[in-house]
Amino acid sequence: MKENEKIWEILETVNDPEVPVLSIIDLGIVRGVDSFISPLGGNGANISITPTYSGCPAMDVISMTIRMVLMENGFKEIKINTVLSPAWTTDWMSEAGKEKLKAFGIAPPTPKQQVCHTPLFHDGEAIQCPRCNSYHTKLISQFGSTACKAMYQCLDCQEPFDYFKCH
Amino acid sequence: MNHQLALHLADNALILGHRNSEWTGHGPVLEQDIAISNIALDLIGQARNFYQYAAQLINQSTQQPNIPSTEDSLAYLRESHEFKNCLLVEQPNGDWAKTILRQFFFSAYQFYYYQELQKSKDSTLAAIAEKSLKEVTYHLRWSSEWVIRLGDGTDESRSRMLKAIDELWMYTDELFENTSYEHKAASEGFGVDISLFKNDWDKKVKEVFEEATLPIPTKELNNVNWFGKEGKHSEHLGNILAEMQFLQRAYPGCEW
Repeated sequence: MKENEKIWEILETVNDPEVPVLSIIDLGIVRGVDSFISPLGGNGANISITPTYSGCPAMDVISMTIRMVLMENGFKEIKINTVLSPAWTTDWMSEAGKEKLKAFGIAPPTPKQQVCHTPLFHDGEAIQCPRCNSYHTKLISQFGSTACKAMYQCLDCQEPFDYFKCH
Repeated sequence: MNHQLALHLADNALILGHRNSEWTGHGPVLEQDIAISNIALDLIGQARNFYQYAAQLINQSTQQPNIPSTEDSLAYLRESHEFKNCLLVEQPNGDWAKTILRQFFFSAYQFYYYQELQKSKDSTLAAIAEKSLKEVTYHLRWSSEWVIRLGDGTDESRSRMLKAIDELWMYTDELFENTSYEHKAASEGFGVDISLFKNDWDKKVKEVFEEATLPIPTKELNNVNWFGKEGKHSEHLGNILAEMQFLQRAYPGCEW
């Protein structure tokens, strides 16, 4: 049990390469850890992760980084397994993660249950500008610099910003 | 579970993803260049999931394969007649209107398809469907809005949309044409009975076309003598593969 807690702590230091203020724990993509005694001698770790989006290129980098930090911490055998179901949702993002996103200039995702079906050409919920906190903002594009983000602009301070979209 | 259905789903997603990626750097405006590239990425991600599963199924069914199948060998080392994608997804991009319309027809199809596939008895297919459906929901919304914007836009955009309908409508019939492997998978509870959501698809197209003030094409479809899902493709697929597979064929096993 102690060993599992240690793994969780180590994984806290692995950040998303695209959104470097978020750890993979903040992001909610680590679905399970399990330590074992490796036949190769020493400790091993089984890590289950889930992708944010099917084609997210960050997943390969994340797997590699997990492997590296665990090896640096003395784990001899590391198995990383990808699980698809239940599908990742932004509701798994930690509150601390949302705070960090906002401070970084990315509007954090709104909670899922508040999103209903928005008619075509209508913006969904008002998204708060991470800079001036105004809700007077406009959707520019549902697709942004990475699969997980949408582009917005604040109509008060005029700043364009990324919104980590509710998914 | 037979690997053919997984391959069909993978090929559909890969070929459309590849077509969309041809727009990267050439989109009409930056935001839409990013949008179509994002959609390409989602589709290629879905294709990878299906290919990985197909490779696993193929390797299990072959007694000690000399060279085990992988997602890469399935994407890069099969011939045109071995691809099981529908003809719609291999059609050339044409102009923005044609690309948009192709995406709309296909996203609407995937949207209902994945909803059904989520209930598959095969837990891997169900999981990929559940994951992919969330992405397709964005694609459908985005492409619907663009069909309306162009159809009910200027004379120029409307005429381009009408031309796109002329060029693509004939390929929509194949989406609902059952192959033997689809039929078998559906009857065993692994696949999807595609006739179940034909009406939903028709309704969706009607709803968006009406909003776009576009005429609903009549049911009379041109005679297309190919059947992509069974490996009978137009010459376009050969051209796509020539480009997509070049590196792995010229430099086998190349990595970077």
